[in-house]
Amino acid sequence: MLEYLQGLGHKSLNIFQRLGRGHILLANIVLGLHSLLPRLRLVIKQIFFVGVLSLVIILVSGLFVGMVLGLQMYNTLVDFGAEESLGVVVALSLVRELGPVVSALLFAGRAGSALTAEIGLMKATEQLSAMEMMAVDPIRRVLAPRFLAGTISMPLLAAIFSAVGVLGGYFVGVGLLGVDEGAYWSQMQANVDLYDDIYNGVIKSVVFGIVVTWIAVFEGYDAIPTSEGVSRATTRTVVHSSLAVLGLDFVLTALMFGE
Amino acid sequence: MTTRTTEIWVGLFVAGGLAALFMLAMQVSNLSTYTDDEGFDVEARFEDASGLKVRSAVTMAGVRIGQVKQIHFDDDKLQAVVTIRLNSVHDKLPEGTSASIYTAGLLGEKYVGLEPGSSSNHCEDMALEAELEGRDFNAADCVSVPVYLKDGSSIQITQGSMVLEKLIGQFVSRFLTEGDSNKKADSSEGDS
Repeated sequence: MLEYLQGLGHKSLNIFQRLGRGHILLANIVLGLHSLLPRLRLVIKQIFFVGVLSLVIILVSGLFVGMVLGLQMYNTLVDFGAEESLGVVVALSLVRELGPVVSALLFAGRAGSALTAEIGLMKATEQLSAMEMMAVDPIRRVLAPRFLAGTISMPLLAAIFSAVGVLGGYFVGVGLLGVDEGAYWSQMQANVDLYDDIYNGVIKSVVFGIVVTWIAVFEGYDAIPTSEGVSRATTRTVVHSSLAVLGLDFVLTALMFGE
Repeated sequence: MTTRTTEIWVGLFVAGGLAALFMLAMQVSNLSTYTDDEGFDVEARFEDASGLKVRSAVTMAGVRIGQVKQIHFDDDKLQAVVTIRLNSVHDKLPEGTSASIYTAGLLGEKYVGLEPGSSSNHCEDMALEAELEGRDFNAADCVSVPVYLKDGSSIQITQGSMVLEKLIGQFVSRFLTEGDSNKKADSSEGDS
């Protein structure tokens, strides 16, 4: 009986310790961000790895998500004779929800896992310790640029996703299914609000960018320095950041659109 | 990969992301339909402005010529006061223009439709006056000065929104009372 209790306590303490370490790391990263100013080249290099290399998957999935939305919504809307509203439905669902959320999930799978694996392997091969030996702070030199790059890339990727998705819906709706082109755009423009919808979508994607990169960087930095530990950390990054994105999405949606 | 190509790619990526945001703002959202501040305000009072929102469209002959700027409640007259911002190019609307609240489609958004009325003309007033006083009036003497809606003027003839439930309620109650009276008529016929 006591052993079970002890096991439970041990696990809870572990979770709280990890949470604490994660927040201390985040605080250290944010405090170290200013030291990046003279070394913006580091950030640019990371934006290349995190953002530019994720472009293909974002473009392709954005296009297809938009096309599927156009197809599905058309079939539903046509029953009500409201197929002119196709543009509104596609744009609102992309800008408010699917753009930020799906691109954050893809980002976690594509860039987050790579970040964790890279940092975890640096730790396993004692590169991080070597840096510390040379009086180089690995948090400022390795983690901070990656964190900043992820935070910058995520809103851009989400915006590209939404824009491409709207175009995909346009190709299917107007090109294939014969929705009136003017109605598609004008209904969209009449019903999508710059502040309520697009601005809030951008805020969402910034939050997701911060959370996903934070989890990825922390898991790598906190990984057990063995090949097994790194692989576990990579898995955890994808699972935890996907869950965090979906959970936070509900909270943010309730805050933004709930009233 | 050299630093130069990396930087070029990152530059392209950031430019593409910003372009996507710009496209969302301009092409997808209502930013392009925002009217700029150039315009003048006209006031209209409605018995019922339910469903009308700030930035709802204001149209004449089906063309958007302005938007609803403000809606508030007049405590004295117990009416809805709707301030309409009309685009400044449309400064030739006659004073007698009437405003009604319509619904776009059966279930669509509410909007304010304006219908042109007569611009109460200086000459007509004079002619009426002359007729009342029993003297001749020579129309050629009078220079017609039409009066247009301008900043601060108010629309006199208005019709508020049709609330579907009210209409149905009226219809049902009339139907029921008619049914009752028919029944009574039937029974009285049966008695006699």
